[in-house]
Amino acid sequence: MNSVALEVRDLVKTFSLDGTTINAVDGVSFQVKSGEFVALVGPSGSGKTTMLSIMAALLTPTSGQVLIDGQDLAKMNEKQRVRLRREKIGFTFQSNNLIPFLTARENVEFMLRLNGKLDRAGRVRSDELLARLGLMERLHSLPAQMSGGQQQRVAIARALIHNPAVVLADEPTASLDTERAFQVVETFAHLIHENDRAGIIVTHDLRMCQYVDRVLQMQDGKLVRVVEDKKEIMELAHGTLTH
Amino acid sequence: MKNFFLATYLAIKEVLRNRGRFLLVALVIALITVLVLFIAALGEGLSNANRQYVANLDAQLIVFLEKSDYSISASRLETNTAKSVRRVEGVADAGAIYTSNTQIVSLPEPLKISMLGAEAARPGMPPLLEGRYFRGGEAREAVMDMSVAQRTDLKIGDEIEIRSTQGTKDQFYTLKIVGLVGKQAYSFQPTIFVPASTWELMRPQSESDLNSDTPYPNIIAVKLQDPSQVAMMKLRLQDQVPNIEVADIETTINNIPGYTAQQGTVQTQGVFTLLIGILVIGGFFQIQILQKVPQIGVLKAIGASNGVVGLSAVIQIIIVTAIGVGIGAGLNYLFSLGLPPTIPLEFNGQRSLIAIALLLFIGPFGGMVSIIYAIRIEPLKALRLG
Repeated sequence: MNSVALEVRDLVKTFSLDGTTINAVDGVSFQVKSGEFVALVGPSGSGKTTMLSIMAALLTPTSGQVLIDGQDLAKMNEKQRVRLRREKIGFTFQSNNLIPFLTARENVEFMLRLNGKLDRAGRVRSDELLARLGLMERLHSLPAQMSGGQQQRVAIARALIHNPAVVLADEPTASLDTERAFQVVETFAHLIHENDRAGIIVTHDLRMCQYVDRVLQMQDGKLVRVVEDKKEIMELAHGTLTH
Repeated sequence: MKNFFLATYLAIKEVLRNRGRFLLVALVIALITVLVLFIAALGEGLSNANRQYVANLDAQLIVFLEKSDYSISASRLETNTAKSVRRVEGVADAGAIYTSNTQIVSLPEPLKISMLGAEAARPGMPPLLEGRYFRGGEAREAVMDMSVAQRTDLKIGDEIEIRSTQGTKDQFYTLKIVGLVGKQAYSFQPTIFVPASTWELMRPQSESDLNSDTPYPNIIAVKLQDPSQVAMMKLRLQDQVPNIEVADIETTINNIPGYTAQQGTVQTQGVFTLLIGILVIGGFFQIQILQKVPQIGVLKAIGASNGVVGLSAVIQIIIVTAIGVGIGAGLNYLFSLGLPPTIPLEFNGQRSLIAIALLLFIGPFGGMVSIIYAIRIEPLKALRLG
């Protein structure tokens, strides 16, 4: 474990709906270090997707701070936030992850292109990463020619290729069958650890927690439990954790 | 610059990977281009057919009979007016012009023509391409314009027979073609030029006119010593020569019967076609952007700026429009090769170039709404994270 890549301090996000104020995120604080893979879990409406949106610099919090690689998101203008997303954050989404008219290789390389870092070494690294994810045969395939699992793996490669400080994954297994889901999250965890990145996976599927180092459980916008013990994490993943 | 390359990369990749869809749009643009260029060519052709002779005159001013409202057919000047005009200081030369219509009947298909009386080597007589001018007096000689040559197989040295109604009887006259001038269509008809006395003899005339053998010119073309002094010379001529009114070439053209109304109609058609083009292109790209909302959301979420997204949309529209206009212009060219000379279409006019420039512009203009929409897409909503 190394330096703190992501720090959330007393984060609050409120929405107003029909005159009622809703606390989507209510005073949440935590840190994620480089090389650490964390799961953010909770039932629907618990505030985990709002948390992810704020951490991804896509949504501004009502109060509190988010620091990525030491940079405070609150002090940034829109242009700086776009740059931060490009340079410091890797992103995978539930679906519609890839640019449909780019091949697997082009989708991954696009992240380097976006950062002005696409050179020969970058191309080699991109191919190696895709090979590592078992996609060597799919380099020239368009997203529509690949299965959901393959698309998610390409998205993971894209999220990691530019060595971001933080990799965020929003329900990456939502559209996959169980076997594929386990494969994807396991590979994701390996790559986070190997590349010494900070990884955060948002999921409602507790079974996926078996591959993470820490579980942050949210409910009604609050962080209600942090599970760090590996044994307890495995019990949570297998549904046998009692307290 | 980095944004431009990124945007170009995205635009080209998308077009190449969705060739069928974009080709379909390009073909729609091509059809609009064909229509717009066709209307532009029709405008040019009709305009030329109506004004070509007057527009090509080697003159700056036209003298009409007073109160004729600059109508060539309503104007009939005294025979010595041309001499009076030539005597005015500042006039380099002046030539009387006599207009009428007749028919060449010595062809497999009779050809309706304008028969213009003019004075050889004076304003009103176009420069020769081949042959020589007719002799003076009542010489049975004529100079034909290129339109006559193109529509018939007539050559210099050939004889033609024309029919002219004199009073209540048809008379037939023979003329020898002695010269060729460029296209000089007048009143939508190809033209032959004859000497004034020959014109007076052969022009269709009513019973009451038969007793006279004096040709009265309709107008006089005036060439100035200093072409920049048009306004001053116009006043001087009207002041010094009795019973005339004077107009510049543009005024004369605009007063050709039906010219302004005809051009207005053609231009209105052209404008409406362009508007339809804007709507079609705008509609297509708007639908396309709506379909691409999640994709644009991903692009923005991973760090593509609004500049890249917007520029990519603009470049894509320009590429598709350029392909469409290119195909359309090519089709038009092929079209023009197969059209008979009787159809008044001119594809090489300034109007065609303006139409092409406008067509290239309407793509980005039509797609403006979709480009603005693309820039305003919020990644959070596009990805349904919000």
